[in-house]
Order: sequence, then C-alpha cells, then structure tokens
Amino acid sequence: MSHHTHEHGHDHEHGHGRNDLAVFQHGRPPVDRSAIQGWGADLDRKNRPAYPMERMPQRLDAPLTQPDQQPQHVEVLVSPERPHMTPLFGSPQPPSGLSGMLRRAAFRSTENDVRHWLLLLLADRVNVVEGLAEDLARGHVPNIFAEMGIKAEWEHNRVGLAKKVAVAAAVAGVGYYLLKRRSER
Amino acid sequence: MLAMNYRGPYRVRADHKPDPVIEHPGDAIVRVTRSCICGSDLHLYHGLVPDTRVGTTFGHEFVGIVEEVGSGVTKLKVGDHVLVPFNVFCGSCFFCQRELYGNCHNTNPQASAVGGIYGYSHTAGGYDGGQAEFVRVPMADVGPTVIPADLHEDDAVLLTDALPTGYQAAEMGDIAEGDTVVVFGAGPVGIFAAKSAWLMGAGRVIVVDHVEYRLDFVRRYAQCEVINFREVDDMALHIKKMTDWLGADVCIDAVGCEAAGNAMQTIAGPYTMLQAGSATALHWCINSVRKGGNVSIVGVYGPTFNAVPIGNALNKGLTLRMNQASVKRHLPRLIEHIQAGRIDPKQIITHRVPLEEVADAYHIFSSKLDNCIKTVLIPPSARQTRAVAATALN
Ligand SMILES: [Zn+2]
Ligand SMILES: [Zn+2]
Repeated sequence: MSHHTHEHGHDHEHGHGRNDLAVFQHGRPPVDRSAIQGWGADLDRKNRPAYPMERMPQRLDAPLTQPDQQPQHVEVLVSPERPHMTPLFGSPQPPSGLSGMLRRAAFRSTENDVRHWLLLLLADRVNVVEGLAEDLARGHVPNIFAEMGIKAEWEHNRVGLAKKVAVAAAVAGVGYYLLKRRSER
Repeated sequence: MLAMNYRGPYRVRADHKPDPVIEHPGDAIVRVTRSCICGSDLHLYHGLVPDTRVGTTFGHEFVGIVEEVGSGVTKLKVGDHVLVPFNVFCGSCFFCQRELYGNCHNTNPQASAVGGIYGYSHTAGGYDGGQAEFVRVPMADVGPTVIPADLHEDDAVLLTDALPTGYQAAEMGDIAEGDTVVVFGAGPVGIFAAKSAWLMGAGRVIVVDHVEYRLDFVRRYAQCEVINFREVDDMALHIKKMTDWLGADVCIDAVGCEAAGNAMQTIAGPYTMLQAGSATALHWCINSVRKGGNVSIVGVYGPTFNAVPIGNALNKGLTLRMNQASVKRHLPRLIEHIQAGRIDPKQIITHRVPLEEVADAYHIFSSKLDNCIKTVLIPPSARQTRAVAATALN
C-alpha cells in the first residue's frame, strides 16, 4: 500500500513538472491530480468562457436590432432609473389593492433610495393578507399547514415537529391562563 | 394548468392557473418536463426579496418541450426539447453584446440593477417561472438551447443555473495552477464551484458549511477538504492556520443573504431587515483570503444596504468579482465537460417530487431535511407523457 502511494506521488511530480507544489501547499502532500476527473481541463484561460469578463463582438447569432415592443395590457411599474418601458416585461400579478398603492408609491423613489425597497417589502406583507382575503372570497379556505409543508415535517422531522407543537401548546396555555386570570379579576 | 403558487413567507401550494399565452412575437410557450427548486428560491420563499407578489409562480431552472412559438420566432420549432437559461435576455442590447446576458437591459422595466429572471419577483422583471406545466419564454430564438441527443435531461436542467453559476463563481476567482480555493456554502452552487475549481487547476479546494450531510456529499462528489464552521471558533483564523498564515488565494461566496453563523448578522439581516440579509459568508471571504487574493460572489443578496468590511478589502488589495451567471455563455464549454465525463451534474439530484407536492418539497429543502441537496419537480403532464411513451414502447 505504501509502495503504491509512493509510486503515485512520484508519477505525479514527473507528470506535471511542478516539484514546488508541495512547498506551495504548506508542507501538505500534493493532491493526487489523477484521481480528480478533469483536473486542469480549464487551466488554460482560453478555455474559460467568461475570461475576460466582457468581450466584443457578440457571439450569439441574434439580431442586433432592438426587439419589438411587447403590447401592454396591464399596469407595469417602471424604475425611475430606467425610465422607459423595456421591449419585454412580465405581466402576471399587476399591482392591485392596498399593496398595489404601496408599490406605486415605492416606484416614485429610485432604486438608490432605501425607501423604495422598504415600501416594497411592506407591500409584500400587506399582499399576504390580501391573498388570504382573496382565497376566502373565492370560498377557498387555504390549508396553511399543508402550504407550509407539514406532511414533509411529519415524515422527516417528527421530533422537531413535536417540539414545535409542544412549544406552541405551552405558549397558548400560558396565554389562556393569563387571559383567564385577568378576566377573573 | 397546474403551477406553484406563492401565498406568503413559508407558504406555497400547487394551484390551477390560466395557461400562459404568447405576448410578444419573439415568445415561445414551453411545456415543462422538469424544473428545480434553487437555493436562491428560498430567499423568495422566506419573503426576503422585495416585490415578491402573492400569486407568483417561482422556478428559474427548467427544461421542456416547445409547445407554441410566436410569429417572430425563426429558429426554434414546436417540438424542440430545450433547456432555458434562468436569465431572460434579448441578445442585442449593450450588455448582451458584451456577453453579459445576466445583465440584459431590455427585459426588466422594474429595476435597472438586475436583468429579467424567470419566477424571481417583480424586481427581476415579474415573469412567472417554470415550476408549472407551461411557461412563457420570451426571445425564444436567443435564450433556449436545444438539448443535444446524448445529454441526459437531468444534466440539462442543472445547466440552466446551478452548474453555470458554480462554474462562473470559480472563473471569477481567476484560479491559477495550485491555488488554494475556499468555497463558502455546500449547496448545489458551492458543490459545482468546488468541482469547477479543480477543472481550473486548483491545488487545494476547501468547502465550508454547517450541515454535516452536505459536507459529506461535497467531500465525496468533489473530493475536497471540508470545514464545519460550527466546530470552528474563528473562520479567518482557521483558514490562515491551514495556509501557513497567508490566507487562501481565492474565496468564493456561494451562500448569499441567508448565511448562518453570526447572530448579529442574522438579527440585522433576515430578522429586522436592517440590511439585505446576513453577510457572514462575505465577511469570511474577505477576511480569510490572502492579501492580493480574489473574492468571487455568486450568493444572492438583496438590493439594499449590507455591512461589508470594505476597509479590509482595500487594505489587503483584494479583487472582488461578482455577478448573476450569464448562463448562455457557459453552455458550450459545460456541455463539452459533461460529454467528456469530467463532470456529472445529475448526481446531485436527491429528490424527485410531483409538482402537486411542491409545498412539501420547499419545506424539505428549506429545512434541510431528508439529506436533501437538489430537488426536481415533475409536472403531472410530463408524467403522463412518459407513461404514454412507455406504453408505446411495449
Ligand atoms: Zn437557481
Ligand atoms: Zn439584452
């Protein structure tokens, strides 16, 4: 076994002509490169697709003309830092309701302004409540436990689930006790 | 059609939604045969990405069959089996001309910093994603790549994001022969970054995570050393000890805004949103790399403020490079690597889940249950087609 290892190391040094590698590696035995599939296949930077980072001309066989404008049927919010409607955009979930008003307000400030992002995050939270209301209005009572993957939790993390249930029950129990005490006073 | 439907933080379900339609002459409709859940989908799932609207369908990693094409599509044909890069890009704007497809200027009116991404919030263009039976694919002549006949569909779906992102992470690290490379994060992208570091001639590859099964996996799959940061007092000190007090030549952040390991960062980040996620991995990168070294960032961070030790980066003379992967640029080379057997991406797939069970799939991945590395979702229509094909063969 030790003979084999030695032979390997020997082979390796000759194979790559880099005797200094062991030194460079802080006294560790050199990595057995032959054991690593494809080692060094892209050592030559010419093989790396992104090197250098930007290059001209384009390699894609694509027209250099601006794409046609996508027709707009729904409200799409536009960044003040990029003030024209792009030729292409996503159209699902247009802004609506209170969250939509918050989003429109957010788009009055730029991406450079932290209020833009904070308003959007606030709108997202409001939107969750709107989503619940929308489900109920359609007569659909969402199964929130199922949506959170309780089946998977039960299958793969029963102990964790039991702990969470115990904690929730304890919190509910304490809450109930405190409320009861207050109402009795 | 059946599609994943986001209802709020930690809440998703499979729902019936209207089929997507051609909205632009360059569009195609693709019938999805496989889609993945990506680590970066978890940032959306946890409600950390601004303008993630209720009702959205996630999924930027998918392959499928072209079902319909718009009048302007000339190259792609109905019936083509395609992999679709996660970027929505035009191929002709200032940035696309420079092969920065991840930075396309023509596909996202709602933010200037980020290009269009399938199923990745309205901040990334508001496109619905591929965790569905059908998906609208704009610029169908430019984005999708026809899957070569000898390429496995599971390899193809990993070429839409995880593998190119890991590869670009290694490439941005500008690895030279014999370099010591430290990858933070043993998720799919970190695993592929480690693998790619070897392709680029690294002399030593070290992967850092805190989930033991992920470290086991990456040790086996990418033959690297691993560190469980829960067992380490001080990461930068530990890396320096391992490298004769110099530091690593290259550090890669494959974690992004939900890093564990630092309570202050977690409180300032995900909990109170005072910064765009916890930048722990990025701190470790900057402080563990050697002077004059390279830091490469592909972990997703939010658009707002982050506390980053830029002074250390300055004093150490670091090169920092980062981007969303420009997937299309990497595909020819990566397909070569797969065909030559240098890398076998599909090995990282641990879970195949019917689209109907998307809520459980997200929970398993998010909570790191059942040794999950990568999950593939299979829509009911794709399963039926396969059943029909199997019957036809008999
Ligand atoms: Zn992804
Ligand atoms: Zn473009």
